Amino acid sequence: MQGSDYVAVRDFELDIEAGEFFCLLGTSGCGKTTVLNMIAGFEPPTSGRIEISGRAIEGPGADRGVVFQGDDSLYPWLTALGNVEFGLRMRGLPRRDRLERAQHYLELVGLEGQGHKHPPELSGGMKQRIQIARVLANEPQMLLMDEPFAALDAHTRAAMQRELIKIWRATGKTVLFITHDIDEAIILATRIGVMHAGPASRLKGIIDVALSDAERDRTDDSFVGVYRQVHAMIRDEVAKAMQRSQ
Amino acid sequence: MRGAFAKLSGYVLGFGSLFALWHLASVYLLNSILFPPPLRVVAKAVELGKDGTLWENASISLQRIGLGFCFGSLIGIPLGLAIGSFGLVRRILEPYTEFLRFIPATALITVAVIWFGIGEGSKVFLIIYTTVFIVIINTAAGVSAVAPNKIRAARSLGASRTQVFQYVALPATVPYILTGMRLAMGNSFVTIIAAELVAANAGLGKMIWDARLYMLVDQIFVALLVLGLLGFTADRLFRWGIYAFAGRFSPVT
Repeated sequence: MQGSDYVAVRDFELDIEAGEFFCLLGTSGCGKTTVLNMIAGFEPPTSGRIEISGRAIEGPGADRGVVFQGDDSLYPWLTALGNVEFGLRMRGLPRRDRLERAQHYLELVGLEGQGHKHPPELSGGMKQRIQIARVLANEPQMLLMDEPFAALDAHTRAAMQRELIKIWRATGKTVLFITHDIDEAIILATRIGVMHAGPASRLKGIIDVALSDAERDRTDDSFVGVYRQVHAMIRDEVAKAMQRSQ
Repeated sequence: MRGAFAKLSGYVLGFGSLFALWHLASVYLLNSILFPPPLRVVAKAVELGKDGTLWENASISLQRIGLGFCFGSLIGIPLGLAIGSFGLVRRILEPYTEFLRFIPATALITVAVIWFGIGEGSKVFLIIYTTVFIVIINTAAGVSAVAPNKIRAARSLGASRTQVFQYVALPATVPYILTGMRLAMGNSFVTIIAAELVAANAGLGKMIWDARLYMLVDQIFVALLVLGLLGFTADRLFRWGIYAFAGRFSPVT
């Protein structure tokens, strides 16, 4: 943070494997968005190092696609298709290739036939699909997702979670997904990193989620087992965060 | 279709009642030669239209507004963009904008006439002056109001800084620019009349001033009526233009 001594994250160490779906779970104000912003290259770390495939991160780049929580990152003056091909246009791809690829990813996120519409005409879930397609069209190494479904209603969120798993399988991208929702983390992740409550937060522990598709169901016994494990780890942090906010 | 009809009938009702009230006030309430009823004003307007004075004066005023407004916007938009984009430019130019925008164009009329004479020069200068600051301030506000996530998204999609400006900041600012221009248009009408009242050889303001000398109240009202109609039409045309050519950027949706 500029002009203040506030330390959001300290002594944070994490290795994310290529192709894995990593959920960073934490209470509000624990600095999880700061971690994502540093990996995205939006904020430089005051000390320490962030690398992707051995290269140090020095700023934002097309190798890391970011999906934001709200829809204010979309361009309302462009169509859905225009939004999806934006990165390709910036990077100078010929028009035909651009449109082909944008069209492909619009279909992948389930927006075929909606490409001509502008974001304000679309629902919250559809707008998040545009964001995902926009990032995928750029074919980054890694997807950085900052609570992308937090503003959606429960049914849309559940549908989007299922879709995201499908997309992740189909593309094999590495995903870093930020959330404060334990259920969401267990449904999506291959590994869950739990953060301490802020400020000066760090990683408390990592839990492997070795569940099959059928087991990624809130009513399944193995799901509940993982839930207990995660909950035991985050319970005290929630209490701390609650105390601080009072 | 029904929407268009409702809209049109609304306008007819609005304008109809305006003229009806005017008529009632003039004929039954005041009944004075100093407040002519609408029909007499219209008759006078037809008369002045036939001998050409009305068109001549109206068109010269419009021309001045059009010229000054266009130049003012052309100067104001890039300055506003620069102020909104670069802190250094903002700190350098803010004393100018923050100081000068509180000196109304009407206060500069005498100076403008001394500098540029009573012809077109002083009028166009004053309209430029009255336009430029509103456009600058709105444009700069628009640039700084661009959601940071729009810029971050573009950067991580691979856009360079110049591309971010061209493809994100600029289009996101268009509604603010258009709002500034619309406000400036309103101010231009105020300024041109004031300037023409003080010193001019033609124009609607001059027409009002001349009529005052001979107590031609009807003629004053013709000028007022025409002003109202021209302002209304100009604003509608502007809004229509926004819808037609930049619907996506419209500040009035």
